[in-house]
Amino acid sequence: MTWYQYIWAPGIWGNPAVHTAWTAGTLVALASGTVGVFVVMRGQSFTGHALGDVGSTGAAGAFLAGVGALWGFLAAGAVTGGSIEWLGRRVRERDIATGVVMAFMLGLSALFLYLVSIYTNASNAPMAILFGSLFTVSPSLQPALLGLSIAALAILALIYRPLLFSTATPEVAQSRGIPVRLVGLAFMLALVVAAEEAALAVGAILSTALLIGPAATAARMARRPGMAVLLAAGLAVGNIWLGILLAYDSYWWPPIHTGWPVSFFVTVVSLGMYAAGGLIQRVRTTVREGGR
Amino acid sequence: MFPPGLFTLQFMQNAWIAGTAIAIIGGIVGFFVVLRGATFVAHAVPRASFAGAAGAAVVGQSSVLGLGTFAVLSALGIASISRERRHGVATALILAAALGLGDLFLTIGHVYAPAVFALLFGQIVGISTHDVRAVLIVSVITVVLFAAAFRPLLLQSVSPHVAEAHGFWTRGLEILFLLLVSGAAAAMVPVVGALLAFSLMVGPAAAGSILGKSPLQALAWSVAFGVLSLWLSVWLAYLTFWPIGFYVSGFCLLFYFAARLIKR
Repeated sequence: MTWYQYIWAPGIWGNPAVHTAWTAGTLVALASGTVGVFVVMRGQSFTGHALGDVGSTGAAGAFLAGVGALWGFLAAGAVTGGSIEWLGRRVRERDIATGVVMAFMLGLSALFLYLVSIYTNASNAPMAILFGSLFTVSPSLQPALLGLSIAALAILALIYRPLLFSTATPEVAQSRGIPVRLVGLAFMLALVVAAEEAALAVGAILSTALLIGPAATAARMARRPGMAVLLAAGLAVGNIWLGILLAYDSYWWPPIHTGWPVSFFVTVVSLGMYAAGGLIQRVRTTVREGGR
Repeated sequence: MFPPGLFTLQFMQNAWIAGTAIAIIGGIVGFFVVLRGATFVAHAVPRASFAGAAGAAVVGQSSVLGLGTFAVLSALGIASISRERRHGVATALILAAALGLGDLFLTIGHVYAPAVFALLFGQIVGISTHDVRAVLIVSVITVVLFAAAFRPLLLQSVSPHVAEAHGFWTRGLEILFLLLVSGAAAAMVPVVGALLAFSLMVGPAAAGSILGKSPLQALAWSVAFGVLSLWLSVWLAYLTFWPIGFYVSGFCLLFYFAARLIKR
């Protein structure tokens, strides 16, 4: 037992659960970080969070129906995303529609989880569904996560220019003949895929943290959108890696041999990055103004 | 239809009293939530306050105290890092941090799973007479705050620039609004749960804002829809034993749809 085990615990490279967590976390972070930049620019944080949260409805529904959890997550995301697009056409209505739809999905989740606890003997199932952990991700999920990340990034690559245009100046984009509504719909699809992938692999808490934290930090630091996308993806990957490392180390922290949850570390790092980004932004502005 | 004990059992009487109080609070605070487009905040504050209840369990304090503390802290946190009425990113960051903290409390505190479930989704049989008193006190404070701030807050919500030109302290009103939301959250979470408290602050008020022709009419509709949703939900939850949050969110969605259909 040496001092450095508190910051670099022994056996982190040899642990198969950690390996799976690294891979799953990296795949999720790449998709969430990239999609998140547009979520922040378009002011859709609530929708992004809602899509992650309703994953529990899908998970509980899939558990009851006896189908794979992945399909439950995707179905819940598609229903929610579709309803928000349908009900919230105008910007002012959007957050209200998101709230009402999300509330109903969570209410459904309450019912499903109640039924799970009544009709099955899996008394821990509701808790596992609500608070999934990155260290319990099944390795068999990796191909699906890879596919979902590629799908989300491919959609974004396909609509990148028109999306950027219709996000920055929707009216101008409309007048130039860009199908703004269709582009918005395609982006919603990418958001659903990224958010549900994250909710499935790392849980609803981290889905929001990885979607918004790195992207908001990147938006503070980068001057051009392309730079912001790359920076956000990088920050998201760094964020989840640091979270996993600290969570693994925390096995040796008090109360010893319990281990603190990954979600705690990732959200703390995310908030810290955002604050640091603001600081860098401020210093840069001061330097620029001082030079003049 | 009306099984025995619906109005006579002690915990059911508690549920009716506390439920009616929070439905009124949800209706009036929701009026401003919808007017300001702050539904994300209305979702995030009760949700974040769940972490406070978990933390209270770790240190052995009452959960209402933890709820209230975290509701206020998260509201102030959102106010401190958000820029000019654009709450989205700030809310998401504060919410994620609070949820991570809640996860930590649950892990190291070994909180009993059914207690967590009740805090998340609400449980009408779980409302003690002590809880009712706490809910009523918080409700009265929130109503008084609401009544005192109604006119300036209405002006600032509808036309912020006019309010600023008239010399109102915009930032102060912003914080006041967030405190109203946290008061409502602290009252609601013990009854309908952290995940679904916000449905009472969004659905009825959204329906009311569609139907009401003036602010006061919208407010009246909002309170009426909220109270009606809650009464129906308490009755059905008692009848079926299903979680009350499911019914509350379902009726809120129903009223919202009905209002949009009528107005079309």
